[in-house]
Amino acid sequence: MSTVNGGLAANLATPPLAATAQAPRPGFLRRLLRDPLAVISLAWLTVVLLASVFAPLLTSQDPIASKITDALAPMGGDHPLGTNGIGTDVWAQLVYGGRTSLIGSLIVVVVALLVGLPAGIMAGYYRGWFDSAANWVASLIMALPAIIVLLVVLAELGRSTYLAMAVFGLLIGPGVFRLIRASVVSVREELYVDAARVSGLGDARIMRRHILPVVVAPTIIQVSQLLGIAIVIQAGLEFLGLGSANQASWGGMLSDAFQNIYSAPSLLLWPGLIIVLTVTAFCLLGNSFRDALGVGGAAAHARSKKFAGIKDSVVAAIDTAPTGTSTTAKVPDDAVLVIDDLKVAYPLPDGTESVVVKGVSLTLRRGEILGLVGESGSGKSQTAFSVLGLLPPQARTTATTMTFDGQDLRELSKKAMNQLRGQGIGYIPQEPMSNLDPSFRIGSQLTEPMRHHLGMSAAAAKTAAVGLLARVGIQDPERVFAAYPHEISGGMAQRVLIAGAVSCNPDLLIADEPTTALDVTVQAEVLDLIRELQAERQMGVLLVTHYFGVVADICDTVAVMQNGRIVETAPAKQLFAAPQHEYTRMLLASTLEDGAARPALVSGSESTSQAVTSEGAKQ
Amino acid sequence: MNGPQQLVEIDQVVVDYPVKGWRRPPFRALSDISLNIGAGETVGLVGESGSGKTTLGRAILGLAPVTGGEIRFEGRVISTLGRRDRQALSRDIQVVFQDPYTSLNPAMTVNDILTEPLLVTGTTRKDADRRVRDLLDEVHLPTDAGRRLPREFSGGQRQRIAIARALSRDPKLIVCDEPVSALDLSTQATVLDLFIEIQNRTGVAYLFVTHDLSVVRHISHRVAVMHRGSIVEQGDAATVTSTPSESYTQRLLLAAPVPDPIRQAVRREERRAFAAGTASAVG
Repeated sequence: MSTVNGGLAANLATPPLAATAQAPRPGFLRRLLRDPLAVISLAWLTVVLLASVFAPLLTSQDPIASKITDALAPMGGDHPLGTNGIGTDVWAQLVYGGRTSLIGSLIVVVVALLVGLPAGIMAGYYRGWFDSAANWVASLIMALPAIIVLLVVLAELGRSTYLAMAVFGLLIGPGVFRLIRASVVSVREELYVDAARVSGLGDARIMRRHILPVVVAPTIIQVSQLLGIAIVIQAGLEFLGLGSANQASWGGMLSDAFQNIYSAPSLLLWPGLIIVLTVTAFCLLGNSFRDALGVGGAAAHARSKKFAGIKDSVVAAIDTAPTGTSTTAKVPDDAVLVIDDLKVAYPLPDGTESVVVKGVSLTLRRGEILGLVGESGSGKSQTAFSVLGLLPPQARTTATTMTFDGQDLRELSKKAMNQLRGQGIGYIPQEPMSNLDPSFRIGSQLTEPMRHHLGMSAAAAKTAAVGLLARVGIQDPERVFAAYPHEISGGMAQRVLIAGAVSCNPDLLIADEPTTALDVTVQAEVLDLIRELQAERQMGVLLVTHYFGVVADICDTVAVMQNGRIVETAPAKQLFAAPQHEYTRMLLASTLEDGAARPALVSGSESTSQAVTSEGAKQ
Repeated sequence: MNGPQQLVEIDQVVVDYPVKGWRRPPFRALSDISLNIGAGETVGLVGESGSGKTTLGRAILGLAPVTGGEIRFEGRVISTLGRRDRQALSRDIQVVFQDPYTSLNPAMTVNDILTEPLLVTGTTRKDADRRVRDLLDEVHLPTDAGRRLPREFSGGQRQRIAIARALSRDPKLIVCDEPVSALDLSTQATVLDLFIEIQNRTGVAYLFVTHDLSVVRHISHRVAVMHRGSIVEQGDAATVTSTPSESYTQRLLLAAPVPDPIRQAVRREERRAFAAGTASAVG
């Protein structure tokens, strides 16, 4: 059984399971070939390609010669698919027309890539004036009506399918440019590109080693889609009679068939069918590329499939796992939350499961602040989320007791849980900004739950929300009420979320690292606020944190978690004064607050002179 | 020994970022910063988000535009260097970033990440491989770590890889931008100790950017406190982090909670009294 483990040695010892599943190249091909649509599309495109290349071997007929005596000949004999209105062999036109179509769409893609790829990489990497200029040109080209430009070009320079396709490639280049530029810009912001620059790598090398590999995936997908589009556009031009006259083409076939639509409607079938099938194959292949390259989606899919089979074994494994200390014997009357022997497990792709919470028991009383402390991977957030019912669907949760105000949380329906989350249990998240919807005003996000859960009128909810905003220490509550999330600071956003969490008068507040994303001075104020609200409303607070400073500041009781278990629970003063468990002692010893400052490297006189100059600079 | 020589002299540096929009005044990220870093010395740069501490580090690395003043490295002005000279300087000035998850290219093996800066400067493949083995040893990672991808390592281990990359060409200065902020408590302490151990052995200097006063106190010889793009106070670590003279530093110090409920209760009262005091002083 593999477990999530924060330990250094344990992490090194774990076999690189993830790596074998997502190694870049071979994994990609394998995933692609496992997708039936991709295989069918590839097979069809291969057939079309081979038929075009070996056209002379497949037919002895001339694809452009007309023989009026043979016009509209039926299938069979010399003409396996019959002939068209001027006596040209349909089968020969199909296979030779494939050449025209494939070469034409290849021209589109090559031209579009030649224009879009280097420009996109340069613009995304260097930004600045080149970026502005390239964007301006791209917008200009995109604003041109493509079909009219093509008609003008063909009228001026004569009918040529390949020329038309080259111009179309130019016109579609800005699309490629935009795509490439966007993906380069996002990589450009990555720290490892900065690190490469600081390492003394030249721009060319950074682009080749760090930027280009990221651009490959979107380019492949785009190319596949472009090939399909190019075939359609090309057929359209040829249908209008604008293609080369001395080349067989699918669009030309359509045009001819259209003229004979009453006498020989079946002529429309062959070119129509082959265009539809080929374009569809390119599009489906593009989708399959996207799925095979986008690692996350495919992996998640595999996981959920595997999960169905091992459901029962997980439950069994959890049930036989060793149990933590039980607190059921002494549940106090004023308990808000009682958890006994909580276990949370996740299935792994290889059929085993990872148990991240291994028998946690805790009791939270009204008016108590319980700190759940631990390092990453200790299972502290998983424990909190299981109370909220917010674990991912594949998580398996079991507990012998899990009650909130005497109500059994384990058998609650989704609807009842929703009701409870709004009204009974409030939640303060770690990242204030990502927990506010940027497209709604703060006021509407605050009043909606109140109107829904407490049945308030819009006006009453507004009055209550403005009052709450004032209560959480916001200077100008009316303004913030009408503001959008991006208009306020992170500290203010956290105050808004706290206001939201207490808006429906919950008995229990769950705060998951509520101050980790905040500056220290803001953290102190937010902790003060939580403490005041808690005392005012006699809520129970379950506070998840990794920071002993926060625990010392606000918690009455502390539970220390390690590897999915609570190793020690004690009143805060007692825990800091006399930690019992080895792990608690190690954690407390790792805090730096009480350590001695590093002595100055410079001699005393020099450091004083520094201080003096800084004093001088201020005046 | 006659004290450390000045390795880096930051002289009245200003950094302005252009703001989008016609004729809008630029955003001043740093105004009039002066700070020195001696050879082998750790200077801690502490401040809250938006104080400009990261920008100052990036200005030294040539990643932020210095629009006024100058930065000198071993007496030579480096704030106006061209791309080529800046590349040559990469031998001497290196960086360790905050986020060990995005500072390593996820598609490259640890070995490729570490040999890359060596190979571009003409080291042979054989020498580079040997150097990487030594580096992994220096940062206490197993030698077979080189064959793996960054995602196979924990946050603390990735930060060790980033440190090894910074060390690969024996720099004289490493700019450390919040290198332990994303790490767990126990990992944080061991990584800080690794920084000190490396400094004691190689004599490298650090500009250590962080928001955490206790971290800065642990690792720095001297500390500068930044607030809104300016340095408000600088001096030796013990003085600035225990008995600061500036009111902003005092506010910062009182806001940082101590891991002891009894002393924290005292500090909380002090903070409130201080806040009341400054409020009444302003009002």
